[in-house]
Amino acid sequence: MNSTPAYYGFWQRLGRLLLKLGSWLVLLFLILPILVIVPLSFNSEPFFSFTEGMLTLQPEAYSLRWYQEVFTDPRWILAIKNSFIIGIFATLLSTVLGTCAAVGLAREEMPLRRFITALLLSPMIVPLIITAAGMFFFYSDFGLAGTYPGVIIAHAALGTPFVIITVTATLVGFDYSLVRAALNLGATPLRAFFDVIMPLIRPGVISGALFAFITSFDEVVVILFMAGPQQRTIPRQMFSGLREQINPSILAVATLLILTSIALLVTLELLRRRAERLRLAPAE
Amino acid sequence: MPARGALLHSLTAQEAGQAARARRRKRLTALLFVLPLLLFILLAFVAPIASMLWRSVHHPTVSELIPRTIAELQRWDEHGLPDEASLAVFAEELHALARKRQSGRLAEELNRAFSGMSSVVKSSARQLGRLQPEQLATDGVPTLLKAHRNWSRSEVWYAIKRAGMTYTYDYYLTALDLERHPDEGIRPRDTQIYLKLYSKTLTLALIITLLCALLGYPLSYYLASLPENRANLLLVLVLLPFWTSLLVRTTAWIALLQTNGVINSTLLASGLLDEPLEMLYTSFATVVAMTHILLPFMVLPLYSVMRGIDPSYLRAALSLGDRPLPAFARIYFPMTLPGLSAGALLVFIISVGYYITPALVGGTDGQMISNLIAFHMQSSNNWELAAALGSLLLALILLLYWVYDRFVGASNIKLG
Repeated sequence: MNSTPAYYGFWQRLGRLLLKLGSWLVLLFLILPILVIVPLSFNSEPFFSFTEGMLTLQPEAYSLRWYQEVFTDPRWILAIKNSFIIGIFATLLSTVLGTCAAVGLAREEMPLRRFITALLLSPMIVPLIITAAGMFFFYSDFGLAGTYPGVIIAHAALGTPFVIITVTATLVGFDYSLVRAALNLGATPLRAFFDVIMPLIRPGVISGALFAFITSFDEVVVILFMAGPQQRTIPRQMFSGLREQINPSILAVATLLILTSIALLVTLELLRRRAERLRLAPAE
Repeated sequence: MPARGALLHSLTAQEAGQAARARRRKRLTALLFVLPLLLFILLAFVAPIASMLWRSVHHPTVSELIPRTIAELQRWDEHGLPDEASLAVFAEELHALARKRQSGRLAEELNRAFSGMSSVVKSSARQLGRLQPEQLATDGVPTLLKAHRNWSRSEVWYAIKRAGMTYTYDYYLTALDLERHPDEGIRPRDTQIYLKLYSKTLTLALIITLLCALLGYPLSYYLASLPENRANLLLVLVLLPFWTSLLVRTTAWIALLQTNGVINSTLLASGLLDEPLEMLYTSFATVVAMTHILLPFMVLPLYSVMRGIDPSYLRAALSLGDRPLPAFARIYFPMTLPGLSAGALLVFIISVGYYITPALVGGTDGQMISNLIAFHMQSSNNWELAAALGSLLLALILLLYWVYDRFVGASNIKLG
């Protein structure tokens, strides 16, 4: 299929060639803007563009000064710390609640299944500005705005839909007689859950957790409205950097974030392969 | 259903009762698993949004600041000036507010109802505040009317009366560029701000969706025609942007589109341009950056649908003598519609409510409705109007979500 078959006529060959060319252009459109950031972050000048020296590959045109700046600026350090604290706790909360709910939603006996699923997935669809505005008023009334618990709860709510989706996907075709068998053999419901259901859905739980983490890690609108200066995260710091004074330390952070997403992508791919192996295993 | 009915008939009453109990228990178990998250989402997500909707129709501030004036104005027939007694009550209340240093809040509220009232209320409050309480009965009303001619205008009192209503849908009128007139009822405003912005938002979202479809369709088709392992390799180029922080991608477009950014300096250096193009802070920048950000949401569902289509259908049509393009349009394209509509709906839903990217790259020209909501939340502090605008946006999104759920299924969103 990759090379055109021999019976293709001239126009079909041309069409295939154009398709390939166009597709590669789109792929470049997708990836180039991201890759451009990486060399720019080593700029030794405070610009957002390539200097003459960079283009002629002069070593003194490149430097690590923006990385140094990021790791010595207390604001960036606080932001990095906050992103991880908020991300990790929000992930824990949404993974536990989301996994549990997905197991329940997978049962056909679940009353109002379709409506409740749509409701539980809605945080993914409602525009963040609306969520953020609503949360700002509501959480302020309970003294939660501008606190870590408030931000963590908000981010957990935004992350749960992803956990539900990924866990539900691993539960498709799950045979509940396995659970009944475990219960008949004397397992407690808790043990049945952890020994029978959990191994099967683990890849879904982990990739859901990764999604939840990246959702919190990347979220900025709710933070803008609800968090105080003490809860500034990496994207929040980038947002104000881009609005107020653009300097390449943002590019250095961006490069680090790109590396993070590559790591996440690789982890997810490994998980996907593992899940596939698990699903295929009984048939082999 | 008849099968189950027949089964129940053949059971004894006791057995049927047991079966029903077992079913109830199963329902209860399922519900117990879902309940914690359901409560969490209701409290942490649904309640905040509901409270915002409530705020768009419930506005007690003015009636709390000048309760007696508002009560007096109920008697007023909305023509000419309110009677002397009502004016006296207002002068008294404004005097009290001035003494408590709370006239600023009233000034801000009334300024929203009738523009220019902020300074009028403040200066009048200052002048009234200088009066002694015992002078109020005689000098109150004359001082008020002398303080500014606005106090002699019936439109002003009409606006105050409307602003004093605890429950109101006036913010929705404003959000739809309508206003209320004592004689003509509800009529369109002279300047259309919000409707224009809604239509601009929808137009931009539509353009972005179309661009995503135009770029995503051939790419997905090409990927689906490759052997699976090679396609997976190329798919990484789609997934990496998908997984990369939104702020990073927006930063990238700022670096590319700036006046002295990568694109301009390349074009200048190559001699194609004499002076740099102004691309950043325009709606062009919003469209390009958002197309880049949302393209994976189009490619992923399209690719997975196209992967599942057996290529022999198209080959059969070709070998039966159909020409390639008509065969593609009649055979292949209809089979990809589920993926295309899923992707298009998702891209449209996400782009209609987008905030961050337009805020950073859109300038004044590329702003969308979300940005105006943020403006009323943060800068003008007109929270009720922000809530009304937000409710309208939410209604639109929920409608689209309902369509999406019906045709695609909410839990079928492709996450890569």
